[in-house]
Amino acid sequence: MQYVDEYRQPELCRQLIAEIRQLATRRWTIMEVCGGQTHGLLRYGIDSELRDVVRLIHGPGCPVCVTPLESIDFATQLARRQDVVLASFGDMLRVPGSRENLLQVRADGGNVKIVYSPLDAVEIAASHPERQVVFFAVGFETTTPATALAVHQADRRDLENFYLLVSHVRVLPAMEMLMAGKDNSVQGFLGAGHVCTVAGYQCYEEFAREHNVPVVVTGFEPVDLLSGILECVRQLEGGEAEVCNRYSRTALAEGNRKALEIINDVYEICDQSWRGLGTIADGGLSLREKWARFDATKRFTQLDLPIIESTWCRSGEVLSGRIKPIECEHFSTSCTPESPLGAPMVSAEGACAAYYRYACDLTQQSVPELL
Amino acid sequence: MCLAVPGKVVEWRDRDPPFASALVTFGGIQRCINMACMTDVSLGDYVLVHAGIAISRIDPDEAAKVWATLERIDLDEMEIGDRSDTVIDEE
Amino acid sequence: MSVHPNSLTCPVPASPRDDCVTLAHGEGGRLTHRLISERILPALANEYLADLGDAASLPRCKGPLAMSTDSFVVSPLFFPGGDIGSLAVHGTVNDLAVSGARPLWISLGMIIEEGLPITTLGKVLSSVAEAARRSGVRVVTGDTKVVPRGAADKLFINTTGIGEMISPIPPGPSALEPSDEIIVTGSIGRHGMAVMASREGLEFESLPTSDSAPLINAVEKLREDRIPVRAMRDATRGGLAAVLHEWAETSQLTLAIDEERLPVTPEVRGLSEVLGIDAIHVANEGTLVLAVPQGAKGDALRALQSVAETANAKHIGEVCPRSLAAVVVRRALGRQMPLDEPLGAPLPRIC
Repeated sequence: MQYVDEYRQPELCRQLIAEIRQLATRRWTIMEVCGGQTHGLLRYGIDSELRDVVRLIHGPGCPVCVTPLESIDFATQLARRQDVVLASFGDMLRVPGSRENLLQVRADGGNVKIVYSPLDAVEIAASHPERQVVFFAVGFETTTPATALAVHQADRRDLENFYLLVSHVRVLPAMEMLMAGKDNSVQGFLGAGHVCTVAGYQCYEEFAREHNVPVVVTGFEPVDLLSGILECVRQLEGGEAEVCNRYSRTALAEGNRKALEIINDVYEICDQSWRGLGTIADGGLSLREKWARFDATKRFTQLDLPIIESTWCRSGEVLSGRIKPIECEHFSTSCTPESPLGAPMVSAEGACAAYYRYACDLTQQSVPELL
Repeated sequence: MCLAVPGKVVEWRDRDPPFASALVTFGGIQRCINMACMTDVSLGDYVLVHAGIAISRIDPDEAAKVWATLERIDLDEMEIGDRSDTVIDEE
Repeated sequence: MSVHPNSLTCPVPASPRDDCVTLAHGEGGRLTHRLISERILPALANEYLADLGDAASLPRCKGPLAMSTDSFVVSPLFFPGGDIGSLAVHGTVNDLAVSGARPLWISLGMIIEEGLPITTLGKVLSSVAEAARRSGVRVVTGDTKVVPRGAADKLFINTTGIGEMISPIPPGPSALEPSDEIIVTGSIGRHGMAVMASREGLEFESLPTSDSAPLINAVEKLREDRIPVRAMRDATRGGLAAVLHEWAETSQLTLAIDEERLPVTPEVRGLSEVLGIDAIHVANEGTLVLAVPQGAKGDALRALQSVAETANAKHIGEVCPRSLAAVVVRRALGRQMPLDEPLGAPLPRIC
């Protein structure tokens, strides 16, 4: 496939690795804040390959993992209503709620429909006026134009049976929170390439200056990841702290202006609860008042049931990069993809799931060797 | 976040935002993709698609630059495009 | 799905509908007889069924027999490249074939949900007949039950097959040795992708087609050419990954494959990338995985590639001494990365 295969070329990967090794005079700590990058780093073994020169730590880049438990519970309740179709990305189906997940609700007869795009949920609402269709709108900035367009389309079609259950999150406030942590050891960042494609990367300039960290906009294929790490190491070795774009084939400094207009019309910034991390100021988006008629939280009442999070789950520490999944005593013992304690073990981009899937050989070595 | 895949725009279907859409191919598969955020692309352009919408255009010149920043690569020998040895056409 | 409680009302409708299967069709009376004689028998016509006896009388065979059974509950019933009828025949036929048997006879048990259109049943039966003809087997006996709405998902089928053993069953994964070569007989992930994309209504054009097909000719060719096969499996649910993990578990060796060598059609490749699903975990229905001793892969590939259903057979990896991971895949960096076991059906993702 064009623009995919070229970035998986083994020759290029080997040469980039050699360059990184040549440049690095010490071991640097770099964080990525994008679950897709976590997945890629683990899948291709880049973290293991570069372990002696780069300590890669994984930030809260999985929006599925940080969707509040309360929202998952609300979604499962809605899915059990006879008059509702709960439409969702497949990612959300195995995420544990307080009592059940959406897959279990579906198996039990609940109306859970997997969609590839929120616009498909609009289509379902238009074809089934007798049902209330609620789309579970999760995701970082990358996904917000799609859910915002769903609102615009529903509005143009005068639909009265379409709603969003919104849980959108914003990357930069989470990065700010991490840098403010007293045990923070991050020296450089790989910027989330697709978030930057939509929202641009000018906003990281002040962040880079204030915290004296390079921020390198990075893609997702092995060549992209290695190019991003190489630039980050180059800057760190040179004492620089700039915003640099190593995903220039799609990301522009100003982002996608049209997408940003659409997002700004539909959403406003708000404080947001991040599962495992607590409330992050300006960390999320909510529907603007003018679109309140599409807000599922205004149309439906959530049942007042206890919100039960596993007391064993250490997802907060994993999401903030303080521990690696393999350092968690429950990893692959009482917490597995089949019976997860928390979201990072089942989300496709969760760090715990990535380690479970791609690093099972590492789990049999002693932990200190791996860190 | 986030899974986004490059696809080639092969046919415009609708120009009216927010319903603007085009047929996009990804390898051997095709889907109608919303183009409301990318109304000025041309047929044959590659766009990056996430959750059913195009979020950017892939710039072929920028795409080639990744190799130009690395020294010893001979661009003429570099394969750019579909890998053909394991992708088979059975139909 | 709620199940209607049994009631004491007569199941024969006041004016019997011709267009749907009703509970009355399953009651054993006139309507049942009509369903069988007007729909089922004509589709499957053969001398064994004509008597409509409670059992089929089968001729003696020279050697030992093999028997295999499988049930099919696929949704949707019809998908690109096949349907529940052809799947039900190919699945059982292939299980017999990989076990060293020549499939001869199958039974056809159907559980039909009340309300299934008769034309749908007719299409499935035609498909069963065609698949049976293509596989060289006869449907010799069967059963039909009708259940209330909600008690089945439109149609469930069970097929049980009997075949004559014509070669020893391949030794199996316990006989695997380091340096054995691993071959897959066709492109991977087609069936699961075709079914999933149809079922979830993901609105893609040019969907992959299922690889559901009988593999008897391929197995026969391997036997004719005396290819030494250590282990052979039909890669179904869980895809190629499931077979590799099962073999690694039994043999206590490591199975190492090369991602670049895996045969994948452009449709499956495109769908895999867009939906974020690895084809290696996706079900097949007409693809074998086999292991042959070191040095035998050339002959094995030549044999398989001479048969239409396995023309795209490829050598994909080797059996190795056990390392830390049961199954490993060599990817872009050249490192061998552990391959995880499949966990349930893969779901499309956007993250």
